[in-house]
Amino acid sequence: MIHVDHVSHAYTPSGPPVLDDVALDITRGAVTALVGPNGAGKSTLLAAVSRLLGPDHGRVVVDGVDVARAPDREVARVLAVLRQDTRLSARLTVVDLVRFGRFPHSGGRLTTADHEVVAASLAHVGMADLRDRYLDELSGGQRQRAFIAMVLAQETPYVLLDEPLNNLDMEHAASVMRVLRTAADDLGRTVVVVLHDVNMAAAWADDVVGMRDGRVVARGRPAEVLRTDVLREVFGIEIPVVTVDGSPVALHWLPRAGRHPMGVGQRY
Amino acid sequence: MSTVLDPSTPLDPGPAVGPSSSERARRTRVRRALVVLVLVLLVGCAAHLLWDLRGSWAYALDLRSRQLGALVVVGAAVGASSLAFQTVAGSRILTPGVMGFDTLYVLIQTVTVFAFGAGALQLFGVVESFVLDTALLTVFGVLLFRWLFRRHSRNLFVLVLVGIVLGSLFASLSTLASRMLSPDDYLTLQAVLFASFTTVDVRLLLVCAATSAAGLAALVPLLRRLDVVDLGRDAAVALGVDYRRTVTRVLVVVTLLVATSTALVGPMLFLGLLVANLTRQFLPTHTHVVLVPAAAVTGAATTVLGQVVVTHVLDLATPLSVVVNLVGGVYFLVLLLRSVRL
Repeated sequence: MIHVDHVSHAYTPSGPPVLDDVALDITRGAVTALVGPNGAGKSTLLAAVSRLLGPDHGRVVVDGVDVARAPDREVARVLAVLRQDTRLSARLTVVDLVRFGRFPHSGGRLTTADHEVVAASLAHVGMADLRDRYLDELSGGQRQRAFIAMVLAQETPYVLLDEPLNNLDMEHAASVMRVLRTAADDLGRTVVVVLHDVNMAAAWADDVVGMRDGRVVARGRPAEVLRTDVLREVFGIEIPVVTVDGSPVALHWLPRAGRHPMGVGQRY
Repeated sequence: MSTVLDPSTPLDPGPAVGPSSSERARRTRVRRALVVLVLVLLVGCAAHLLWDLRGSWAYALDLRSRQLGALVVVGAAVGASSLAFQTVAGSRILTPGVMGFDTLYVLIQTVTVFAFGAGALQLFGVVESFVLDTALLTVFGVLLFRWLFRRHSRNLFVLVLVGIVLGSLFASLSTLASRMLSPDDYLTLQAVLFASFTTVDVRLLLVCAATSAAGLAALVPLLRRLDVVDLGRDAAVALGVDYRRTVTRVLVVVTLLVATSTALVGPMLFLGLLVANLTRQFLPTHTHVVLVPAAAVTGAATTVLGQVVVTHVLDLATPLSVVVNLVGGVYFLVLLLRSVRL
């Protein structure tokens, strides 16, 4: 279980908090989506959970391991994280990259077992036949799947991803979500993913966490969060929600979405 | 497009588990490149020792082998350390030289002469003053780099700018101090400030070689972690590397290596940049276990061949550092303009 214990953080000491006393428990085995408007603190929360950022107050405990205090290598065997910015200065092939996922286990000297895990991760994301291609020769979607294969090769019970669908077209976005879904269902990984699109979250996640102004303001199954009144809390705008084939769909792109309930002004 | 996913066989290892044929081909290319590098170095050494050997062989060989020793030590130390520095800095155009290290050396020397007079340089023995120089440079260098990387961690453009500004600041401070020197002190200072391989003290060379060997050995256990550091801070932390400790250790060793070379022969601003980038271009690999030793060999080959050219083609008309800076400077401009993987 990921236990976020009253975490607060501000980027400047006098500035507004990016995370404001966040308390959250994420149980094992599910796909949890973090949604919310820009600046809500989703990525910061993910960074705090994955100890890339030390929060001002509070702590994060994953399966009994305090991520800020435990040795780096131990934490790296419990949780894997993929950040938004994946620019590399080295020129790597897909398989080079995925092998890095074994570093917490092998320290850079890969055994046969490590190579098998690498091959399995590549197969899982459907990149086995592109293993020798250089990353700069790949499309955005392939590149993203290569990075996900690296994170999966780390064989951690928890996998965290910060907006993995950025800049992906519809087909590639869905294929990335499918990879994450099967990682949870077939490999038993707990997936926490920051998403921009509430409909993506509703379609693929088991659990949706809505954040606004550094606080968790909504939490529940997709059908419980994708409601006009709940979305108003999270995004501050009116979003009509319809049901298609039993799944809720938020129509946030409609011209009439976004009108304030009082009828004055657009957005906020 | 391979979006074919089969969720029913999640952990079935694919057909190719070990290295594939294209990977083996790449490894062969790397091995071949390494052999070529070593051969070039050996040919360079032979040329340096034997080309145009006249008069007393014993005398000439003694002089030349001392010179050769200095060339190899400096080239290897600067090459290996610059490549490691690039990785830690997360950029292919940042080397200790570019970040103002050489002007720091000039500043320290000038201030020493300014404060204590040229007599201070002769007060100690050669070895003692060399050790003192190296220690001062290492301490100030580590402080400088730690400060830079903590403040502007990996914001490349800020780092380049700060490096250039610091370089000119140190240079103008040195100029200011040297203006106020007596003519005699100034002459003594000039002799120290130009990279020179022509006169090398044997004891000094031995101390320098031992320090450099120790420094290079200290890099060895860090090499595999450098591979991960090359992915960037976040990825390295995520993969369980103690990022800050690794970076600090690499910076200390790198600074010691560059300081040793600079104290031995004087500043060679663009040598590191030239060698590190040539190595990366020449060897299609990202593993530092290969790259760092290869940079040491490339560095040694560059200085040795450079000296051969200076001695036999240019008839000693220009010092090696001028040639290296000319070639390296042009190369630096090309890199900047192409802005490959800044």
